[in-house]
Amino acid sequence: MLRDAGRIAAKDLRIERRSRVLTTQVLPFALIVIVLFAFALDASTDALRRFTPGLFWVTVLFAAVLSVQRIFAVEVEDGALDALRLSGVDPASIFLGKAAAIATQLVVVEVLLGLSVVVFYDAEPDDVVLAAVAGVVAAGGVAAAGSLYGALVVNLRVRDTLLPVLLLPVLAPVLIAATRAYGDAFGTSAVDGWAWLGVLGLFGVIYLLLGILTYGVLLEES
Amino acid sequence: MSTRPSTGSTVTRVIGIAALIALALLLCAAFWWSEPDAQQGDAVRLFYLHVPVAILEYVAFIIAGVGSVMYLWKRSVFGDVMAHAAAEVGVVFCALTLITGSLWGRPTWGTYWDWGDVRLVTTLILLLLFVGYLALRQVPGDRHTRSKQAAIVALVALIDIPIINRSVEWWANRTLHQRSTLIEGKIEDINAFATFLGFLACGLVLSWFLVHRFRVAWLEREVATHGLERALSERRAEGAEV
Amino acid sequence: MSVVRLHQVVALLGDFPALAGVDLSVEAGEVVLFQGANGAGKTTLLRLCAGLVAPTAGTAEVLGHDLHEQRRAVRRRVGLVGHGSGLYGDLTVSENVAFWAGLVGAGTAEVEQALHRLEVAPRLHDVAVGRLSTGQRKRTALASVVVRRPELWLLDEPHAGLDQRGRDIVDQLIREAAAAGATVLVASHELDRVGSLHPRPVTLAGGIIREADHAS
Repeated sequence: MLRDAGRIAAKDLRIERRSRVLTTQVLPFALIVIVLFAFALDASTDALRRFTPGLFWVTVLFAAVLSVQRIFAVEVEDGALDALRLSGVDPASIFLGKAAAIATQLVVVEVLLGLSVVVFYDAEPDDVVLAAVAGVVAAGGVAAAGSLYGALVVNLRVRDTLLPVLLLPVLAPVLIAATRAYGDAFGTSAVDGWAWLGVLGLFGVIYLLLGILTYGVLLEES
Repeated sequence: MSTRPSTGSTVTRVIGIAALIALALLLCAAFWWSEPDAQQGDAVRLFYLHVPVAILEYVAFIIAGVGSVMYLWKRSVFGDVMAHAAAEVGVVFCALTLITGSLWGRPTWGTYWDWGDVRLVTTLILLLLFVGYLALRQVPGDRHTRSKQAAIVALVALIDIPIINRSVEWWANRTLHQRSTLIEGKIEDINAFATFLGFLACGLVLSWFLVHRFRVAWLEREVATHGLERALSERRAEGAEV
Repeated sequence: MSVVRLHQVVALLGDFPALAGVDLSVEAGEVVLFQGANGAGKTTLLRLCAGLVAPTAGTAEVLGHDLHEQRRAVRRRVGLVGHGSGLYGDLTVSENVAFWAGLVGAGTAEVEQALHRLEVAPRLHDVAVGRLSTGQRKRTALASVVVRRPELWLLDEPHAGLDQRGRDIVDQLIREAAAAGATVLVASHELDRVGSLHPRPVTLAGGIIREADHAS
């Protein structure tokens, strides 16, 4: 099961390296959002620094929607999804492979965003380890939920508009927990960031289990 | 079936009339018989609608969850239709909860909305989750596929709720909501009676909606099945022409 | 042994009954040619046999598996060449075929062999599929099905987009598959081509199989 998941993730990342949608579209988009927030919140670096954790994670969620859409678009372009179903691969492998590919992309997005907020918002993390660990765990949770909902809408004509409506409310706990963890890591709020990491981990585990359990049903006729 | 097609029956008419009577009594109890609250003043009267609607909204969503499990597990069409009906009624009750809550909150707490309140925020996200559910349900396509997807969305939403609730609670760490006064028994007799009437009236309205919505959805399926039979014979006739 | 056994099978695409009560029985090693106008239900019938479309009514068995309950078991044993190539435009020819081969447990040697058999020129092996011509892409798609070593071939317009040589290769593939004991279902408008393989003709119209063909 894991080997097939690895094959699928490697395939998706290779497609990504060739098509460069992440570097030429998703990353610039994330950067644009960071700039737009600055316009929206006055030219005050103080305010931006104070809200860095929240702005950072809202941007990650927006980028995640794009990443999920892209990862599933390659499957429907020329009937690859049918071929994937015909390959007899365990649906759980497809779920995990897709989730791993999305998570990897999100980590790349987070690194770039991290650098951007350091430069543009003058926000520097006091606790780099916490920021890194929370970033990876949150990426995993978002990717698991994204992989689940991406497959759910993949065959609908309205998939691009429906995906954010379904996915973003579900990610509310991730936004809250990751923002809190980063509030601690960036020293903007006095909370225990490591405790919030637990919420992120729990979310990730629940959505991984949900995906593994329901993917077979989802890919069946959809 | 009667000559006039209808989703009503003796039972639903009884429920409907009982609901109307209970609502009328609730109005009397809320506006005339009960006393204004010492602190909240007349605003407390909204409470008799707000609390029952808020609790019944969860009942509706739980019914939607049970129906979804029935469908995923046993492919129960009954469960599927029930889930759809309950989710729709749940969304209405959920919106009503937020509206009455905001109207109540303004005079009582001095604000329509507070992001620090766990129940407010959780209820809002619950509403958004099920709005997504209804959006998915109305996308045309294969019925079985759509039902399966919807069932998964409903379950994910319900599983998400406790996580959201816990994280908002932890996040904001403050609440405007009073602890349940019902349990603490501070409410006076007439107010308790009004609250009881509220539950009764809203419960009856909920069941009335649910039964009718369920029947409408059921009939829609029947129509689709009849349509299928016609489509099948048309399709076969198409073959005979060649 | 019957490889395909369908009785009064109905299959829906949305609300539309693409198959309106199909009766069909195919024995192992047979080559069956589906004919019929556009929209007659040929593609849906092939997708149904592949386990991709679920039957709504009727009894349906493919390779001994019930299509109502065990579609996944059917899928891994069939090879479907459909309208979509099932290839990723950003990956090269060998990467694509190797990916699909890897998922069904076939090795590099089989990938080379399949590409060779479809006569995909070695200079194309490292070219992105998105840059191939329609015919070359079709050959690559066929190669990614060949590596699966299907017991049941489901070919939907396999000649479409191919040049003369490509068509001959497809005919040769069908012949070899049947000779090796596999079963082949072909949907094609190219009667004269497939005719040389002496298939059993079956005509679809309006989502059902024409009466005359039941007798034969």
